Amino acid sequence: MSEIILDFEKPIVELEKKIEEMYEMSSLENVDLSADIQKAEEKLNRTIAKIHSNLTRWQRVQLARHPDRPTTLDYLSRICADFIEIHGDRYFSDDKAVVAGFATIDDFQCVVIGHQKGSNTKENLFRNFGMPHPEGYRKALRAMKLAEKFHKPVVTFIDTQGAYPGIGAEERGQAEAIARNLFEMSRLKTPIICIIIGEGASGGALGIGVGDRILLLENTWYSVISPEGCASILYHDSSKAPIVAEALKVTARDLESLGISDEILPEPLGGAHRNQEQTAQTIKNAILKYLTELKAIPMDELIRQRVEKYSKMGTWSESNDAPAANQSSISRKNE
Amino acid sequence: MADWFKRTKQGLLGSEKKVIPDGLWLKCPTCSEYLYKRELEKNYWVCTQCHHHFRIPYYDYLRILLDGKFGEFNAEIRSTDPLEFKASKRYDEQLEEAVKETGVNEAVITGTGKIGKHTLVICVMDFRFIGGSMGSVVGEKIARAIDKAMELKVPLIIISQSGGARMQEGILSLMQMAKTSAKLAQFHDAGGLFISILADPTAGGTTASFSMLGDIIIAEPGAFVGFAGPRVIKQTIGHELPEGFQRSEFLLEKGFLDMICERAELKKTILRLLDFFYGNQTLHPDNE
Ligand SMILES: [Zn+2]
Repeated sequence: MSEIILDFEKPIVELEKKIEEMYEMSSLENVDLSADIQKAEEKLNRTIAKIHSNLTRWQRVQLARHPDRPTTLDYLSRICADFIEIHGDRYFSDDKAVVAGFATIDDFQCVVIGHQKGSNTKENLFRNFGMPHPEGYRKALRAMKLAEKFHKPVVTFIDTQGAYPGIGAEERGQAEAIARNLFEMSRLKTPIICIIIGEGASGGALGIGVGDRILLLENTWYSVISPEGCASILYHDSSKAPIVAEALKVTARDLESLGISDEILPEPLGGAHRNQEQTAQTIKNAILKYLTELKAIPMDELIRQRVEKYSKMGTWSESNDAPAANQSSISRKNE
Repeated sequence: MADWFKRTKQGLLGSEKKVIPDGLWLKCPTCSEYLYKRELEKNYWVCTQCHHHFRIPYYDYLRILLDGKFGEFNAEIRSTDPLEFKASKRYDEQLEEAVKETGVNEAVITGTGKIGKHTLVICVMDFRFIGGSMGSVVGEKIARAIDKAMELKVPLIIISQSGGARMQEGILSLMQMAKTSAKLAQFHDAGGLFISILADPTAGGTTASFSMLGDIIIAEPGAFVGFAGPRVIKQTIGHELPEGFQRSEFLLEKGFLDMICERAELKKTILRLLDFFYGNQTLHPDNE
């Protein structure tokens, strides 16, 4: 575990320290503190539950980007019996911010693609903080096409602050690479499950995020723009991100009420980083459940349902009887 | 179907001011030349000195490109402010203002029309409406326009003029990228021709979805075309951006556009393409 503790996690960490001290004392001085320890542990659980049932949207955003939060490869190492990583887009380079490969999960073989963050500064520099260049999306597409060719389902792990905004990325067609993936994923003839495991920012997330099922871990966020990005546009001040996170409605629960998510996967008490193994098991069970479900759907029907799923997204009002509102507003203006 | 020409007249009276400042003369932002507005209008709102392409509203594109009437559809679809978004401004008020200012209900106008003998479906975005941004309604109208082109078995033209996905509808705006791209995939599989025309600006989630998925992609000269905004890139990399970066000439050079086309040549170019893909009946009357 790193030394980084989020503000709202402090009471939890303090209680944990106390409990640790009690354990130490009881073993060193051979006194029986088990009753006290039990009480303290109960208090700890109550505290965690209380804090986590009242998190603001901004606090969830912070949990989603917690430095100790498990990454794609952390999960893969726990849920795959085998994982063969592949590299490169065959055009330009190998993007380290995206991993792709062939995974065996229980009885299923599938192609897994995920954003990859590092767990320390050195790793993060290597992984470009999980922010892909066009090559990452093109590597992902290459892996997906292989999946289609060999009738393997695709599972994607989404965790990015966004596609990288740089000169090279623009020169090599960041927009085209993302657009191409949306286009191809919508008609890929194999089941696709997308799991948001941390952060989901904008087209950089969606670029590997079109599928038959969209699952979100409980403490994740997913939106059209990061709260900071939105704040710096609307207020010219990225420190207004906590306010904007509320307005943008970015959390997993928000996405559920907006009709985007198929299921929210519960995290261990206190967040995914507090129990990687348990979170990994939750993800694994969800993958197995949905792969079984999707396998039973005939391919044409699966694609039809997928397009329909996205066709329904969004809200609008429409009245066919009333004269077009634009007509009346124009005449109002001319009066 | 709306009576297009009648509406154009009204629309011009109502909203011309918002696009082109008052007065008879206009200063070109590129070469600083003062231009007589009447002349400019005759010249497709392109600077006679330096060919700077002024941003124009949807009705000017329709007038420049179409022969005969424009049959608008889905004009009545409106945003419902699904997030009840309120930050520096209230989104519902922004929408109301935009409707008043532009005389249209959303940032894209969709309908059928003709270029030469070719019937087609055309979508024109309008930057005046909240920066031409794509929320639920823009996504839905474009998706339905693609369906219409599929149903009629006619080509599709989309003119992009958009700052990107609309922040005020959060995740729902993002999903419009997937929606429009999925529809285009169906259209592609059905054998439809999609000509994507990029005007200034084509940015963010618009570029990263339908705009970049044209069978043919044409941009206006000097148009901004990119994914990330230049300010964000500059902040990230910590130095200035090269001259001409993210302009259409740059994208052509990098291989992401088929051609750059002056506004005055746009209709002719599209017609040549349509004739190529769907047969030029005027050149080959015997084949009719
Ligand atoms: Zn000029």
